[in-house]
Amino acid sequence: MTEPVLPTTRRDLLSLIGKVGGGAALYQAMTVMGHAAESQFTGPPGLSGAKPGASVLVLGAGLAGMLAAYELTRAGYKVQILETQGRAGGRNMTLRGGDVVTELGSVQKVGFAKGNYINPGPWRIPHHHRTVLHYCKELGVELEPYIQNNTNAFVHRKAAFGGKPQRYRDVVTDWKGHVSELLGKALNAGALDQAVTKEDKAKLLEAMRSWGVLDKNMAYVKSEKLGEQRGWERAPGGGVNGAPIPNDPFSLSDTLDSKIWETLGFFAEYVMQPAMFQPKGGMDHIGKAFQARVGKLIRFGTRVTKIAQDERGVTASWTDAKTGAAGETRADWMVCTIPATVLGQIDIQVSEAKKAAIKALPYGNSVKIGLEMKRRFWETEDAIYGGSSFTDQAIGLVSYPGHGAFSDGPAVLLGAYPFGVGAYILAGMTPEKRIQAALEQGSVFHPKHYKSEFRSGVSLAWSRMPWILGCCATWTEESREAHYQDLVAMDGRIVLAGEHCSYYGCWQEGALLSSLDAITRLHQRASAA
Amino acid sequence: MPGYRLTSLFAGALALAAAIAFAAPGRAQDRGGASDIAVADEGREIYEQICQSCHMADARGGGVPGAMFPALAGNPRLADHDYASIVVLKGRGGMPWFSGMLTRPQIAAVINYVRGHFNAYPDAVTEADLDRITTANPPVPDCNCGH
Repeated sequence: MTEPVLPTTRRDLLSLIGKVGGGAALYQAMTVMGHAAESQFTGPPGLSGAKPGASVLVLGAGLAGMLAAYELTRAGYKVQILETQGRAGGRNMTLRGGDVVTELGSVQKVGFAKGNYINPGPWRIPHHHRTVLHYCKELGVELEPYIQNNTNAFVHRKAAFGGKPQRYRDVVTDWKGHVSELLGKALNAGALDQAVTKEDKAKLLEAMRSWGVLDKNMAYVKSEKLGEQRGWERAPGGGVNGAPIPNDPFSLSDTLDSKIWETLGFFAEYVMQPAMFQPKGGMDHIGKAFQARVGKLIRFGTRVTKIAQDERGVTASWTDAKTGAAGETRADWMVCTIPATVLGQIDIQVSEAKKAAIKALPYGNSVKIGLEMKRRFWETEDAIYGGSSFTDQAIGLVSYPGHGAFSDGPAVLLGAYPFGVGAYILAGMTPEKRIQAALEQGSVFHPKHYKSEFRSGVSLAWSRMPWILGCCATWTEESREAHYQDLVAMDGRIVLAGEHCSYYGCWQEGALLSSLDAITRLHQRASAA
Repeated sequence: MPGYRLTSLFAGALALAAAIAFAAPGRAQDRGGASDIAVADEGREIYEQICQSCHMADARGGGVPGAMFPALAGNPRLADHDYASIVVLKGRGGMPWFSGMLTRPQIAAVINYVRGHFNAYPDAVTEADLDRITTANPPVPDCNCGH
């Protein structure tokens, strides 16, 4: 702070403020400059003043581990990271042409064309995941809109509409119409006279007529007005045949068979509401941005076999994946982000309550399949630009890339993303059979082109990832009650972090929030020691 | 026809409710489509649809010590009549419980397949065994996962 250097750019100025005043001052300055005004997330922890020489060992170079290393380094700690894989990022991952996917029992090489990718882990960021968005901005990760909702995509259920997919818009409009008609009937029959006042009854009837697009007799029937919501048998045009022709709504029974309320419920969830974002070019740009800051602290290919602690510090024993050599790393404190599936199999010196918590945390499974098609037939033939078509088959959905719309050449669809039974079924298949199944099932939406335009594919079954053996932690109300506080509590010199240590399970936001909370408590403990 | 339709719808609704109870690990979790597949009734098929996603097609498990799925083939721990039932009903470590995804007959069928085909334990597990274990609710035993 003694050098009389005048900042020439905004970045220089921020860097100078950061050096002089620390993280908190930097954040304040950024806020004033209109950079980081996204709050609720209260900003980076702004830790400072680590005791001279104090050290922290971080286990795992996923987002939680790298964020911990990034912020603890800024606070003055000497940080080392041990990572079992030969790469950083954890579940934050992007697969591109030439990449290799190594599962238990199989190896795949990605054959995508240059520029194409699939995010086999996290793939979308809700607008309220302020921590992820903050660090994207701070680390210079360029974000673009992710298209979440697309009413022109399809919904498919084997037992509805004779197995024929329908446009989401049509089924939702009919659901709304039929429910409105029924409520209108109940109101007019006086069935709700005890429940609503006369004035409210009148308002409700008017609301149902308008919202449900009912006719003057309160019936949900084909009309031009309905066409304005549902689309047309013949769209409006110019000249002689310009008049539009509305189409026929589906019956109440057919609409019920579609179980469309489940899809509506999915989109109604806070975490599924737009606006949503994705890093331009692949989700792994977030991991890479953290790695650019803390990569030199990471020891790769280092499989932790034992974790011990005493009153002076922590020790991680490990095996080098390449050489098989054993080693130990010591530090004053530890942030452990190893997933519970693996941590439960490692000898770790923590309380019995924490051990029980780690072992009471099963992981759900999921599979993602990327299908590269020769061209964007879903755009040219079906006018679908981003969003997802849902199915109750094993693949769960087909999701369309929102980026690169209207471009020529090959593009990648997400050809499967189920949890539950579908995920187990696909994970148990060989990679070749998974692709075959995805092509077969996805053809329900695009029968003419799905198989013929297929170019290459890759799948990733999370249960088969040797370093995590699952997708995400599965909590229940009972296990939260019994174990959550024991899992996250600081135990001597060790604190755990990761999505499994949060109430935002399976989201990067959970991993980052957990990490910030863990290092804040660690810093308090270390400062008091 | 209407009778059949009602029955199949009802059965479907029950299966779906069970699937959702398990398949939605947390309301706020990111997830994709709600696949709704009828799991097979035959032991071998259930193993292929569900179990081999982790324990592998040959039931020899996978991974390295400290990060592995235990082998089910030639597993002496499965000699205990109730061990597999307790683990499948209640989960263990990273393995979820399957009491929501699979019916009692399916659980019995797949356990008998694993204990009979990949091992040679002749004593069959019955639905009555599963009911007994559910009622008794014993703690999940330690396993021989190699650690």
